[in-house]
Amino acid sequence: MDSIAKQPLDLESFTRSTSGKPVLSFLHEWVVTVDHKKLGIMYILYALFFLVVGGVEAMLIRLQLAVPNNHLVGPQAFNQLFTMHGTTMIFLAAMPFIFGFANYLVPLMVGTRDMAFPRLNAFGFWLTAFGGLLLYFSLIGGEGMTGAGSAPDVGWFAYSPLTSKAFSKGHSTDYWTLGILISGFGSIATAINILTTILCLRCRGMTLMKMPLLAWLYLIVSGMVLFAVSPLSAAQIMLLLDRFLGAHFFDTQAGGSAVLWMHFFWIFGHPEVYILVLPVFAFASEIIPVFSRKAIFGYPVMVGATVAIGFVSVSVWAHHMFAVGMTSMGNTFFAISTMLVGVPTGIKIFNWIGTMWGGKIRFATPMLFSIAFLAQFLIAGLTGIMLAAAPFDWQLTDSYFVIAHFHYVIVGAIVFMIFAAVYYWFPKATGTLLNESLGKWHFWLFLIGFHLTFDTMHIPGILGMPRRIYTYSADRGWGTLNLVCTIGAVFQALGILVFVFNIVRSLRKGQPAGNDPWDAWTLEWTTSSPPPEYNYAELPVVKSRRPLWDLKHPTDPDWKYE
Amino acid sequence: MKPDVEPNRVSERVERAPKRTLVSPRVFLLATLALVPLTLSAASDASLTTSIFAPESTPAHSIMRLSLFVLAITGAIFVVVFGLIIYAVVRFRRRSEDDGKEPAQIYGSNPVEMAWTVVPIIIVVVLTLTTARIIHEIQDAPKPAGAVDVQVIGHQFWWEIRYPKYGVVTANEMHVPVSLKTHPMPTFLDLRSADVVHSFWVPRLAGKTELVPNKVNTMWIEPERTGLFLGQCAKYCGTQHSWMLLRVYVDTPEEFGRWLQEQKTSATSEPTAAAGRRIFERNACINCHAVNGTVGTGRFGPDLTHLMSRDTLGSGVVKNTPENLRAWIKAPDQFKPGVLMPAMNLNDPEIDELVAYLVTLK
Repeated sequence: MDSIAKQPLDLESFTRSTSGKPVLSFLHEWVVTVDHKKLGIMYILYALFFLVVGGVEAMLIRLQLAVPNNHLVGPQAFNQLFTMHGTTMIFLAAMPFIFGFANYLVPLMVGTRDMAFPRLNAFGFWLTAFGGLLLYFSLIGGEGMTGAGSAPDVGWFAYSPLTSKAFSKGHSTDYWTLGILISGFGSIATAINILTTILCLRCRGMTLMKMPLLAWLYLIVSGMVLFAVSPLSAAQIMLLLDRFLGAHFFDTQAGGSAVLWMHFFWIFGHPEVYILVLPVFAFASEIIPVFSRKAIFGYPVMVGATVAIGFVSVSVWAHHMFAVGMTSMGNTFFAISTMLVGVPTGIKIFNWIGTMWGGKIRFATPMLFSIAFLAQFLIAGLTGIMLAAAPFDWQLTDSYFVIAHFHYVIVGAIVFMIFAAVYYWFPKATGTLLNESLGKWHFWLFLIGFHLTFDTMHIPGILGMPRRIYTYSADRGWGTLNLVCTIGAVFQALGILVFVFNIVRSLRKGQPAGNDPWDAWTLEWTTSSPPPEYNYAELPVVKSRRPLWDLKHPTDPDWKYE
Repeated sequence: MKPDVEPNRVSERVERAPKRTLVSPRVFLLATLALVPLTLSAASDASLTTSIFAPESTPAHSIMRLSLFVLAITGAIFVVVFGLIIYAVVRFRRRSEDDGKEPAQIYGSNPVEMAWTVVPIIIVVVLTLTTARIIHEIQDAPKPAGAVDVQVIGHQFWWEIRYPKYGVVTANEMHVPVSLKTHPMPTFLDLRSADVVHSFWVPRLAGKTELVPNKVNTMWIEPERTGLFLGQCAKYCGTQHSWMLLRVYVDTPEEFGRWLQEQKTSATSEPTAAAGRRIFERNACINCHAVNGTVGTGRFGPDLTHLMSRDTLGSGVVKNTPENLRAWIKAPDQFKPGVLMPAMNLNDPEIDELVAYLVTLK
């Protein structure tokens, strides 16, 4: 078997000029593309757009809550804002980010030319895209035109019977459920594609245990998507049957069950958290080693922990329902299974620290975000343990403490690591580096804003402030704390502005990156930046988990030790 | 070993015998220190705080004991792991005098990885056993003979409160007796919903329990002192979820008995208010509201038989004064946009007469 070292790549031939093309053919090229890299970039741009939209919604929520008895937006608009914010961020920002990176990176990192089913891949993207557009069409469609906006107001987990015809008139809930159903089909299609690509299209020499950890984590995530999004789609279909054909699955006034919806939703909803967080674990498992200059610590255990998280995470959903009135046995079971997830997750945190231990850490922007991710994910996990203790949860659930907890996961861990990943792989995708000083501005502004908002937000929850209230009276003692949260949100918004500016500026006049700007070790850094449409002139052959390490250290290659 | 006499569960709860302490004093101190910033920012009127760390009822106490224990353990984990992260980042940063060589490549270590697998498992076992004990202590507590039964029915966006044993119906302001060591009187709540999912939360008395349509849930409280305890609906239930407030008045047993007596009587019919009563009875008011002794028997809205014995209107959104009552009837939306009570389009003299009648409902 040949090692990659013996196959020097003809980089000149990869460079293709796209200048001078008319706008229309440029657009056409992107719309009809089945190239995994173009689709990946479109997913990420789409996600970035909705991150900004969802962020604006969050800003309005924060402004409304900044002072007691505020009248900036009314209750109806507020309820629509938090519904759209949650739905947007989960389904239209986080999921597309995750699939975008999978699309871009998985074929490159397993050393192949494209996804297993390129056309299914494009289909998945466009389903997701149109699902999002359908959700936002609710603002102008249906009664929207005459009723000045009919965005859904049922909350992002849309508990029945609020979604039944009796309590949700008009079509706003229909837009919500159809939008999620359609983008859900897109997710399932993409998950099948990733699964097949990883299992069937790995380059020569790449056994399962020689895959980059990113591929392993996406393998588990894709399995979980199939497992979790299918019941969600089933529930949406049942809801549509209720609303259009007079079925009574969730129609409590006709004997339907509100609790049934809760189970269906959270059987999706909790694995969903891991579907979003495992990919960012994947990013961390690629970025932390490179910037610590060390191999990942305990690769087999990292794989095992991921598989364990995958299994345990599908048995924890009812910890969202501790207050619903389950039996004491039921509550105990879900408390135990939830705490158990902490074990493999803890192992991962320790292994990342083990990776940094004895290294030579370079504090480039991707690494700064990764270190913040480590600390913040630790805190998110610990507040998760508090919520897993069912009686403690009876006090904390549906309060601002829970909001703080899951934003610590979704922003503190997932969004921070997505930023890290953008800074890390942007040079590969565009050929230019993102500006480092702007990156540091982005990091520090966002870090300060994040902690001002979400550290503070735990406290009103402890002081009895429930989530999803549009206002509160001044004598409850929540005013100052909410004001601090809002000030933090302004810092976060500034950070995002710097980030978007950095992307635009670097695309126009960024520093050229070269093939391997970070001195990294995985396959994607062997090809040009951006990679040619066919990725590799000749498909690579690997002998270890770090083919570029072997290439760079021919006297001390990894495969001697693995 | 001396045989340990297991005290009867109920009497243990009721007499508040000193319990096996879950947390050592030192841990307690640490946790308390962590709470200082919380107490600093507590409600301006300290007696009306809704902090979960100011329990005044047995289940809320049990939860706080568990909470402090979990906080202590998670706090310790945080200190250790956060310390490791900071140490690694500072100690192993690339120095300016770096020689450019790659550091030693270490691929893993079985003993170390074994250690950080086993230790978390032990911690999880301890936490789950403690949690299971508190779940059992609260959820499986038997109902003592002297317990008071209250039925709470969640509506969009108010609370119907019934005392089936005494034939009393009220709304939004629950009265319960204090439970004394000498005279234990916990209150057992039977929770239902008339429409969507709501959640009963009075943080100082107990954790949340949801009110789910087609399902009967139960919970119990055992307040230790008299006074007013605030709470509100914690599960998003529609447009006016925010102002679905809840007030629990803990009375002495004598006061509570007197309150029940007063609530049981039918509405008095004062001749001066006859005109207003006619307006009440001849308008759609009676479709939703009940006043004992009149034709009004509606249950869609709060029972008004003893309206003036309540401190607030609109599920706590505003104080119950004749002026506010008048304004509320004229346009309920101005206090509570999205409230299901419509403005009845009565003219001013009619509203005056109606209010004159309603203020007699003491």
